[in-house]
Amino acid sequence: MTVLNSKIPQGPLQEKWKNFKASQKLVNPSNKRKLDVIVVGTGLAGASAASSLGEMGFNVKVFCYQDSPRRAHSIAAQGGINAAKNYQNDGDSIYRLYYDTIKGGDYRAREANVYRLAEVSNNIIDQCVAQGVPFAREYGGYLDNRSFGGAQVSRTFYARGQTGQQLLLGAYGSLSRQIKQGTVTLYSRCTMMDLVIIDGKARGIITRDLVTGEIQRHFAHAVVLATGGYGNVYYLSTNAMGSNSSAAWQAYKKGACFGNPAYVQIHPTCIPVHGDYQSKLTLMSESLRNDGRIWVPKKKEDSEKLQKGLIKASDIAEEDRDYYLERRYPAFGNLVPRDVASRAAKERCDAGFGVNGTGLAVFLDFKEAIGRLGQHKIEERYGNLFQMYEKIVDTNPYKQPMMIYPAIHYTMGGIWVDYELMTTIPGLFAIGEANFSDHGANRLGASALMQGLADGYFVLPYTIQNYLADEIRTPRLSTDMPEFVEAEKNVNDRINHLMGINGKHSVDHFHKELGKIMWEHVGMGRTEEGLKKGIELIKELRGEFWKDLRVAGDRNEFNPELEKADRVADFLELGELIAKDALQRKESCGGHFREEYQTPEGEALRDDKDYMYVSAWAFKGQDQEPELNKEPLVYESTEVKVRNYK
Amino acid sequence: MDFTLKIWRQANAKAKGKFVTYEVKNISSDCSFLEMLDILNEQLIDKIEKPVCFDHDCREGICGMCSLYINGQPHGPDAQTTTCQLHMRKFKDGDTIVIEPWRSKAFPIIKDLVVDRSAFDKIIQAGGYISLNAGSAQDANAIPIRKELADKAMDAAACIGCGACVATCKNGSAMLFVAAKVSQFALLPQGKVEAKERVKAMVAKMDELGFGNCSNTGACEAECPKGISISNIARLNREYFCAKMS
Repeated sequence: MTVLNSKIPQGPLQEKWKNFKASQKLVNPSNKRKLDVIVVGTGLAGASAASSLGEMGFNVKVFCYQDSPRRAHSIAAQGGINAAKNYQNDGDSIYRLYYDTIKGGDYRAREANVYRLAEVSNNIIDQCVAQGVPFAREYGGYLDNRSFGGAQVSRTFYARGQTGQQLLLGAYGSLSRQIKQGTVTLYSRCTMMDLVIIDGKARGIITRDLVTGEIQRHFAHAVVLATGGYGNVYYLSTNAMGSNSSAAWQAYKKGACFGNPAYVQIHPTCIPVHGDYQSKLTLMSESLRNDGRIWVPKKKEDSEKLQKGLIKASDIAEEDRDYYLERRYPAFGNLVPRDVASRAAKERCDAGFGVNGTGLAVFLDFKEAIGRLGQHKIEERYGNLFQMYEKIVDTNPYKQPMMIYPAIHYTMGGIWVDYELMTTIPGLFAIGEANFSDHGANRLGASALMQGLADGYFVLPYTIQNYLADEIRTPRLSTDMPEFVEAEKNVNDRINHLMGINGKHSVDHFHKELGKIMWEHVGMGRTEEGLKKGIELIKELRGEFWKDLRVAGDRNEFNPELEKADRVADFLELGELIAKDALQRKESCGGHFREEYQTPEGEALRDDKDYMYVSAWAFKGQDQEPELNKEPLVYESTEVKVRNYK
Repeated sequence: MDFTLKIWRQANAKAKGKFVTYEVKNISSDCSFLEMLDILNEQLIDKIEKPVCFDHDCREGICGMCSLYINGQPHGPDAQTTTCQLHMRKFKDGDTIVIEPWRSKAFPIIKDLVVDRSAFDKIIQAGGYISLNAGSAQDANAIPIRKELADKAMDAAACIGCGACVATCKNGSAMLFVAAKVSQFALLPQGKVEAKERVKAMVAKMDELGFGNCSNTGACEAECPKGISISNIARLNREYFCAKMS
């Protein structure tokens, strides 16, 4: 069995991070210059980590598959970032932010990590404002806040509907400053293909230059993965097309445990699917639920008429509308957490009340808010989102309610890390969405940006020194060492294999097939039977992939087909692990809903006695069953309750 | 809907490029422009031909990765829209569509419709940031900022760095891009201390990288998918002039 040592510091919850910082090892400035760190990924977590480590004096190499760090998918986050500032004087505190987050995660996250996240949240806002992030302000000149799903206070800071963009550009600015100063070297259009391990420690990576196809070796004393989530396993998702889990998957195959892969968030407010040529789904910020009211018709015949296009939403009288979230959850109403809102939408659509041509959509209606606040105010708050909706759907959401449906959005699972954000491979760290640690089974709104920046600016720069302090005597190793040579050979073999199959079907063909299996059998509602079937189908599809794939173009040129093939090969393995994890977890929690385990009212039914653990899967060889390790979750300071948003 | 596509094909930076004509049929009007190109590429792969390379990533109009000169306009005919958010309903059935890469000396072609925009990163690296170490900031509400200034800073900061402004400018000028960043910081108190060094360094870098000068034709504003105003260029000029004079 793999030993999972979570390294949670002793002491009361409120003191753990303080105590850790007071007693951790540090690296003195002259030694920092001798140490190299690789950061893979340049989103919020990667850019903030690389720039912080550069500022501190380490030599940093940072890699991104895009042409520029400014393109990382963090840029697409719309709604906001949480912090426990209590600027609104509505009773917020670090403890309350912590409590909402751990409850929102259905008590499947680590207490100490989540408390630390809430603790550093305030520093993030200070840091970003000082960087010139133009957050929304009130007329008095002070920062404005709004509220998000899962919270009853206004703690979300935002920059119109482009918060992720502004935060990322802030981190990108910090990174650019370090690049100019020479502490950070940027490798763009470059992807990590493998991890190099020497004497049991992560010592470097193998990369492929995406323009020339050249394979390169890079040494470092420590490697940090900030590679985001794996939602694109489902093909249709709100992730950018290039978002992938290949680096994380290679790390898993080299010995890093994969934590809670089944925890995939389904976001309730996305633009519904409309055709089989569709390449991705677009999310509409959850902040819309502040002012938008969600409903479907009360009468099935009205829904049927809507589906056929015979009537419009405005033809349905107020008393014939079912504001089902307000009805079922009077305390939180339209602001229930994402998993609750998603399941409620699915329940109504499955019952035949859906309103799109496909029957798979519900209304998000701003009529009442426009009446109360005026169209101008709504435009100011959500203008770009309304514009985006109109572009895609071709109807004016100021006049007709939006239609929304849940879609795959964020993955709470990821590489298992300890309190120091180190994986089960010494010297390999994982931060942001790439790790599993802070969200449990579900993620509340505006907490992903918080985690990315917390890890990158305020957690990893401290914790990594605890490891690096013992590495100051390790010289820079030659990349001619056999471990590098072998890793490069494996990468070359894999590329040659992919290029040489010469089958009939394109990469996208397999990716779409995988996506259908995942959504159908490992999606919003999971059953034992469906998961078993899904695992079989994925295995079959993987067999076909390696027999019947056709990769166009050559390996030594700019070749997006080859990039995709490499990623889909990994998704085909990861998809199976997601299903396996979902199968073993015989309970419902957060984004993981096993239909066999629900209350009579259709709410998620947790089993705290048997499943209050992190599942951490260890790779045991190709085509071997992976090993399930369990890290028990101990709640010292928090009373574990049934989640209730009524 | 059926379309005839005339697409610029170029194997790599050094190869000679040419237009190649393709036909696509039965395209839904709800299809996005990039999804239409996906369909074309599936056809090409089926025929054992090389698919057309084009840049794209988020497909939500925010990452700035997609480009394409469509019928002589960056990001196509729809105002304030990126290529990924352009839909085929904006074209007529049977249309011939000409698709080219960004055209600018400072953005060399990598392959087909893909160009190298790293010059933008180099301009930012020259000083397009606030010099601040992590962990040393004061409380975020310590300096109140007038709402209208914060809003204006946000208007400028909305730039996605796609390069349409450069591609459409007859001088290949990067003034709108630089002006947006300079304006964002010029409007906020946080950026003031190093404002002079910032604007001088960014403009010098822009010139060094081969971008042309602004001659006030306004094409950049007209084609900007995020509607960044040309008034930012006036602010840039003022900032630059003051920095040079003091």
